[in-house]
Amino acid sequence: MISQFFVLSQRGDNIVFRDYRGEVQKGSAEIFFRKVKFWKEDGQEEAPPVFNVDGVNYFHVKVVGLLFVATTRVNVSPSLVLELLQRIAHVIKDYLGILNEDSLRKNFVLVYELLDEVIDFGYVQITSTEMLKSYVFNEPIVIDAARLQSLGPASIFMQGGKRMPGTAVTKSVVATEPGGRMREEIFVDIIEKISITFSSSGYILTSEIDGTIQMKSYLSGNPEIRVALNDDLGIGKDGRPTYDYRSSSGSGAVILDDCNFHESVRLDSFDSEKTLSLVPPDGEFTVMNYRMTQEFKPPFRINTLIEEAGALKAEVIIKVRAEFSSSITANTIMVLMPLPKYTSRASFELEPGAVGQTMDFKEANKRLEWGLKKIVGGSEHTLRAKLTFSQESHGNITKESGPVSMTFTIPMYNASRLQVKYLQIAKKSGTYNPYRWVRYVTQANSYVARI
Amino acid sequence: MAPPAQSQRSPSPSQPSGKGEVSDLKSQLRQLAGSRAPGIDDSKRELFKKVISYMTVGIDVSSLFGEMVMCSATSDIVLKKMCYLYVGNYAKVNPDLALLTINFLQRDCKDEDPMIRGLALRSLCSLRVANLVEYLVGPLGSGLKDNNNYVRTVAVMGVLKLYHISASTCVDADFPAMLKHSMLNDSDAQVVANCLSALQEIWSSEASSSEEASREREALLSKPVVYYFLNRIKEFSEWAQCLVLELVGKYVPSETSEIFDIMNLLEDRLQHANGAVVLATIKVFLQLTLSMTDVHQQVYERIKAPLLTLVSSGSPEQSYAVLSHLHLLVMRAPFIFSSDYKHFYCQYNEPSYVKKLKLEMLTAVANESNTYEIVTELCEYAANVDIPIARESIRAVGKIALQQYDVNAIVDRLLQFLEMEKDYVTAEALVLVKDLLRKYPQWSQDCIAVVGNISSKNIQEPKAKAALIWMLGEYSQDMHDAPYILESLIENWEDEHSAEVRLHLLTAVMKCFFKRPPETQKALGAALAAGLADFHQDVHDRALFYYRLLQYNVSVAQRVVDPPKQAVSVFADTQSSEIKDRIFDEFNSLSVVYQKPSYMFTDKEHRGPFEFSDELGHLSIGAESTASSQMLSELAISSVTGHASQSSLAIDDLLGLGLPVAPAPAPSPPLLKLNSKAVLDPGTFQQKWRQLPISLSQEYSVSPRGVAALTAPQALLRHMQGHSIHCIASGGQSPNYKFFFFAQKAEESSTFLVECIINTSSAKAQIKIKADDQSASEAFSTLFQSALSEFGLP
Repeated sequence: MISQFFVLSQRGDNIVFRDYRGEVQKGSAEIFFRKVKFWKEDGQEEAPPVFNVDGVNYFHVKVVGLLFVATTRVNVSPSLVLELLQRIAHVIKDYLGILNEDSLRKNFVLVYELLDEVIDFGYVQITSTEMLKSYVFNEPIVIDAARLQSLGPASIFMQGGKRMPGTAVTKSVVATEPGGRMREEIFVDIIEKISITFSSSGYILTSEIDGTIQMKSYLSGNPEIRVALNDDLGIGKDGRPTYDYRSSSGSGAVILDDCNFHESVRLDSFDSEKTLSLVPPDGEFTVMNYRMTQEFKPPFRINTLIEEAGALKAEVIIKVRAEFSSSITANTIMVLMPLPKYTSRASFELEPGAVGQTMDFKEANKRLEWGLKKIVGGSEHTLRAKLTFSQESHGNITKESGPVSMTFTIPMYNASRLQVKYLQIAKKSGTYNPYRWVRYVTQANSYVARI
Repeated sequence: MAPPAQSQRSPSPSQPSGKGEVSDLKSQLRQLAGSRAPGIDDSKRELFKKVISYMTVGIDVSSLFGEMVMCSATSDIVLKKMCYLYVGNYAKVNPDLALLTINFLQRDCKDEDPMIRGLALRSLCSLRVANLVEYLVGPLGSGLKDNNNYVRTVAVMGVLKLYHISASTCVDADFPAMLKHSMLNDSDAQVVANCLSALQEIWSSEASSSEEASREREALLSKPVVYYFLNRIKEFSEWAQCLVLELVGKYVPSETSEIFDIMNLLEDRLQHANGAVVLATIKVFLQLTLSMTDVHQQVYERIKAPLLTLVSSGSPEQSYAVLSHLHLLVMRAPFIFSSDYKHFYCQYNEPSYVKKLKLEMLTAVANESNTYEIVTELCEYAANVDIPIARESIRAVGKIALQQYDVNAIVDRLLQFLEMEKDYVTAEALVLVKDLLRKYPQWSQDCIAVVGNISSKNIQEPKAKAALIWMLGEYSQDMHDAPYILESLIENWEDEHSAEVRLHLLTAVMKCFFKRPPETQKALGAALAAGLADFHQDVHDRALFYYRLLQYNVSVAQRVVDPPKQAVSVFADTQSSEIKDRIFDEFNSLSVVYQKPSYMFTDKEHRGPFEFSDELGHLSIGAESTASSQMLSELAISSVTGHASQSSLAIDDLLGLGLPVAPAPAPSPPLLKLNSKAVLDPGTFQQKWRQLPISLSQEYSVSPRGVAALTAPQALLRHMQGHSIHCIASGGQSPNYKFFFFAQKAEESSTFLVECIINTSSAKAQIKIKADDQSASEAFSTLFQSALSEFGLP
């Protein structure tokens, strides 16, 4: 049971404020914001998502720079409240198409309308975009999407390729298109976040893929959908299907450690045919989350070399090699490397002919930052940095610098090899052929190479 | 339209100050109120939006109340909704004006559109005005019977709102009984779920004053009700499922087969993408299997994978809530997670609060087979840019070393830390080396060699400095420079700001003096002189004490200050197992995230709808440790709140006022004989304890022998049993132990119940006696005291 819900902007302004039970004082938003902003004097640590001030529990999630907050005096389930806050953000996004400060401010009456149906007297009522439609009457005021950088998981597809209609995923589930009718289409996104730690000798210490299958349906009449995954999919550490003799021969089945599913997913034919069936509700939702620690081929190899060049100088060479097919291109790559505290200057040298690359030495946190617009599969890139120190290093440079970390996005690539084989829409009419978009993307969660 | 910019606390020049704009709005609203021009609703909408936007920002627009109400005579549902929102916000502060709205709300409650009926009913109940409650009863009654489920869900919450405005009106109208009927019969799952929420709130708050409500509250946990909910669980929304699961978690099945039926039924809930559903399910599984050790362990194995998946999917906030629960389970049963240690490795971009939990988990799961890898990983973090985490990592290495696995390799690592030449790394490592030496004195040679090379000038942190000084004193025999380093530290006495360091300095120089008198004598003199002149009371007192001790007899002084030491085997845990069990019982609540039981951070009325077990919720036999200590902790609360007089007595005694704390021997108590084979089941004990008043409350002294013998609660149990006083539950750790005893008269079935708290450091036992036959409690107390006084006799 929650007492209040509010949304604050980055500066701490109230955008939406709803008090459901009148048990928590009115100034709670201010108390909350001050606490979050000054969690520790040094500003080093950020506030945890849940904390208690004078008997009031504050929960918050950050969504596109906004703070979604709930308060209560009751000892509730923290998961429930945090899931709820996240869900409210989702529902609002479904309605507004784009969720940001501007769209919230323009549509706050609609948001209040939603909030009244989502929660009554602190208890959750309806959080399904689909069901809410019958109770919500305000029309969203759609803000110009082209002008804004889109946020959320959908945005990662946009840089990727022209194949994707970029604006489609930012349209509201209720707004009608200029043409009158809504386009019949469905998006299935397989988003994987990979975490890898390489030892200094390049050996993989830990690796994990956290994947999710997201769906966003704009299909009318709620037809049933069947999503078929890899035939050789197995679940559980010992989930190697016994009949699967191929897995021993090296072709390699896809073995997930574990997964979970959306409420609406039926698993009747999952064990036998690896097929999920569901009637997708309106709006964006997660069909399935999965986790895999099975070995996989890392998309990038990082090589770092540090050479001392005299007492106050050293040279760092970072090599990044893309180990995926040349038909695939990674984008927005950033390579970060903390340098020794006594580094005073760094000068950079790229390989000849390099384009779309930026290098920077961040004085404040003594960090080297190397940005690359894109990396084509199979290619290798090198950065040389000459460092100048303000004091002698005593041969401790490797201990005091690193690890090298990397962030990137690779569209149409997934490390786990989990695939949507087909997407079947059960609707009788022969002419009915809605657009189906199945998209893959891989992102770095924590991609670290020790030196 | 003015955007609802900025907040009320920092009005910028551009922000509407309120007054002018509000009166503008007022006149505009007036103009529109009577108009029936086409398109008027659109203009009204714009105005209403403005009003609501001011309201959000915190500008007081309550003066528009009348105009808003006038304008809301409309069929436009969007307008209506905005008006309802406005009215709900301001009715409470304007009760007179609120009366204006009653009419049109009541009319809307009878609208033919169920949507409008529902909305109006919700607004009507949200007015929160006490003198309007009479208008609520009628619409609520028909709302509960409405043929539309939306109206019914709203009506159920409306009843709860009414209860909070006026409990008596709600109860007198017999609404709780109607809710109960709906809960068990309505076809709509959300109506049913709302009934459950509402009834939990209502009956929990009524239970203290009404026997009937208390019975009803317990009936929610009866088998038919719980099974009714379980059978319908898939009809409920994911949030309502959490509610049902929470209820099931409190249900105590009568047979083992039920437990398995319930778990099989709920098995697929563990695959739910909503973490709240999964955690609520896990709680059910854990609670149901508490007394079945094997199955309980299987449950841990089963929930591991879903928990790990939830931790790595979803937003960082959601993952943190789940991680906190995983942390709790790892700390309870580290061995089950020892092969999963890689999941607890920190990622560089995780927030500190996540890393801290992970470091603790890594420390807990370390065992013979994984220690090497874990320590290697932790050492990587020691060079982390995040200094607090680097420190925690070093501490974690130390804790693992103290757990005794592969100490050899770890000591080497720690010594390497000392050589890293980073202040905070050295500081943390010094403290650890000190603790390590207290446990493994055999490593002193290796450590001393490295510690000796550290210049005390480079150590600034008090804790680290104190650790270094301790080592200098303790191992002055082996550290060549010890007396001279101490001497130079004493020379800078004035500049040493930390009293802790100065205290350690005094002790260290004493120890050094006993081992190397000629070299240290001068430093000792200087230290004592400086200590005597010290403004800090403790430092002064310790210096004076040492001085007099030395004056009296040097060899006695050595025996006092520097006795041969035994290696420390276990360092005291910071949190008692009682508290940990209590937190475990509150699984899937904030208690887990805060790592505190709920009574520490929230007041009683807000502990959650399911806080049924405030007194002696569950109690089981003394042999079952988790349940019994939970009972202890719960009792502890009731005794703190209920019997303040007891504690004031203890304080009086502490102040040494010489109150007769031990009772004068009763004149001539009738001889009391106890039944040596008395039996009492925990349920009866619990019930009696709740019902009977305290007939005697006393404090005894415990003999030093008794204190010495009380190394564990079990020792006393056996002893008391010899005196026909039986233990039903016990718990605690040195110096605080708590026991519940019972005894029965030999001839009749008259029972005595005893709560006994023994503090070994003050050598006091506080007892509370409750008895069926109160007149015999004096005699029983005497008997109890004499039994206790014999404890520890050879």
